[in-house]
Amino acid sequence: MSDTLPRDAAPPMPPDPDTEDDVLVRVDKLVKHFPVRGGGLVRRTVGQVQAVDGVSLVVRRGQTLGLVGETGCGKSTLARCIAGLIPVTSGTVTFEGRNITNLSRRAMQPVRREIQMIFQDPYGSLNPRRRVGAIIGDPFAVHKTAKGAARKKAVQELMERVGLNPEHFNRFPAEFSGGQRQRIGVARALALRPKLIICDEPVSALDVSIQAQVLNLLADLQSDFGLSYLFIAHDLEVVRHVSNDVTVMYLGRVCESGPKDQVYDSSRHPYTAALLSAAPAADPDAAAQRRRIILTGDVPSPINPPSGCRFHPRCPKAQDLCGQQEPALEVKPGDPATHLTACHFPVQEGESLARVAGRERR
Amino acid sequence: MSVSELEFQAHAAESAPAGGGIEGRSQWQLTWRRLLHDKVAIASMVVIAVMVLLAITAPVFASLYHHGPDQAFTNTGTTSTGAPVGPGTHGFLLGTDYIGRDLFIRILYGARISLFVGIVTTAIAAVAGVGIGLIAGYFGGWVDTVLARFIDTVLAFPYIVLALALAAVFSPSLTIVIGVISFFSWAGISRIVRGQTLSLKEKEYIEAARSLGAGPWRIMFIDILPNLMGPVLVLATLYIPTAVIFEATLSFLGIGVPEPTASWGSILSEAQNYYTVAWWYVVFPSAALLITTLAFNLLGDGIRDALDPRTERIFAAGKRGRRRRRRLAARQGTSPLTPAELGE
Repeated sequence: MSDTLPRDAAPPMPPDPDTEDDVLVRVDKLVKHFPVRGGGLVRRTVGQVQAVDGVSLVVRRGQTLGLVGETGCGKSTLARCIAGLIPVTSGTVTFEGRNITNLSRRAMQPVRREIQMIFQDPYGSLNPRRRVGAIIGDPFAVHKTAKGAARKKAVQELMERVGLNPEHFNRFPAEFSGGQRQRIGVARALALRPKLIICDEPVSALDVSIQAQVLNLLADLQSDFGLSYLFIAHDLEVVRHVSNDVTVMYLGRVCESGPKDQVYDSSRHPYTAALLSAAPAADPDAAAQRRRIILTGDVPSPINPPSGCRFHPRCPKAQDLCGQQEPALEVKPGDPATHLTACHFPVQEGESLARVAGRERR
Repeated sequence: MSVSELEFQAHAAESAPAGGGIEGRSQWQLTWRRLLHDKVAIASMVVIAVMVLLAITAPVFASLYHHGPDQAFTNTGTTSTGAPVGPGTHGFLLGTDYIGRDLFIRILYGARISLFVGIVTTAIAAVAGVGIGLIAGYFGGWVDTVLARFIDTVLAFPYIVLALALAAVFSPSLTIVIGVISFFSWAGISRIVRGQTLSLKEKEYIEAARSLGAGPWRIMFIDILPNLMGPVLVLATLYIPTAVIFEATLSFLGIGVPEPTASWGSILSEAQNYYTVAWWYVVFPSAALLITTLAFNLLGDGIRDALDPRTERIFAAGKRGRRRRRRLAARQGTSPLTPAELGE
């Protein structure tokens, strides 16, 4: 873990991405609404926070699906629905061909061994009053797979695998740095040898140099154990580095999804284009040349989302149709079958939205 | 930097253990180290230890003086007019009571009852309070509504009235005393534990435990409970003197531990009629009660400060505050508890 320069982490695409055998998780039209209750005595439901509204996506075996979007677009809610931590309003989550939507805790138990999570906050996700050995040993204790000396040995092997000193199993989380703590979280997620690890912004709380170490660790583990990742982040460069496929979310819906090169290099959705134009470039020459698409206004409230395309009030290309009719997530002309876009007026090759934005908005 | 300092550092670097077998200091070890710096808390612990020791060894003193706890010495223990004799008279260290029993021995035996009742009822109240508070806070919903209303009801109940009613129905006994005090003590602990649980269950590490498949009981007792032990320990230490006083109150009212068993409350009750002629009859049992409750209260404060070193920055006024602030630099570790969370 001495190298801090990220290597190209994503393994190559499989030859035929559409084979159903390759699909580890399929999320179909998933909806999660949170009721908003009034303050009165009866506490009637006065509205719904439409956190996730009809999202479909696929995570393939041994691959990484990147999920990007602004804060509050429903990425983390979606992750918790897939992990079975919160009940789903409607839609289905299928894991290895089996419907795991809203299973009871008992029925979910075997599935939990296959799906683990890594959390965003390396400080909040480790119990401050328990020793690291106990925290990493928790999966073994919960699933009764190892105890006593065997558990301690397994914990120490895991610690070594994620780059921690196995002698430190008796320490408390407060005695570790942020990066080390995130390694503890990785070790805990890895303990039961899951097939899918949902990474909920695993590096956004870390220093950039530490981010690279943790990302490389995740990449090594992926190739060693054949893991699949659902990688949630708002750092576009991180997602590009780790992912095979990328899904872009805006306000509870998917705008665009496809192989990362397609999404990054020939973005079809104006929101994707705007996001990418906002990402800072490390090269000052490129930074001086790049033209940003300035989006006006804030993300609308998910309690009362805009009609039609949810992006239309902020979209530089919006027309009347966008406010009336919701665009379907479909393949646009000239795109491969894996590249889906939900837009009535997709960005064309060579079209500059920055100019459009400059003329019409400001 | 002086030469000696450099030498010291070089020496320290040489003698430092090379990696292996480092054990982290737990919250309790850190708390204990801070507590050992608190002179008031140390003194309180010594007082409590002495009091417990005296209570345990009460029969030794009884046989040493050849004075049984309920043995009345009508000849040597009372004056010709039938009044109690004063301290030091006829070998009665602290004097006698109204029928000539040795007050010193009776206070020691009273300590057995007081400390036993105080510790047992607090233990029962802590276990019940933590259990009910955890269940109410973690499960929420209708479970919480029912339990929270029950807690409010118990806290609103006039306990002396219930104790009088129970004593009227059953004859007074130690069991009833323990039952009544326990019943009225758990609710306060429950309320604090419930509030803490409500905030703790939203932590990300609880979600992490759920994502591993941990059930509600495992989460409550393995993940949440260790984070509650600090406030519960402080509360329990502060509930012991309350229970001691509660027992004394019940005995004073004649609905406590039945005669002739000695209890600080019942001794004070008898002394009401004699304090004009026998000051020692009131002063010594009162002093025992006062010293014991004060020691527990000061120890509770000390534990609270030791658990949360930030408390004193808020209350850093006066000599004690300045003295503590100087020590602050030497202290390590913090607790997520604020004084408001620890307060009763």
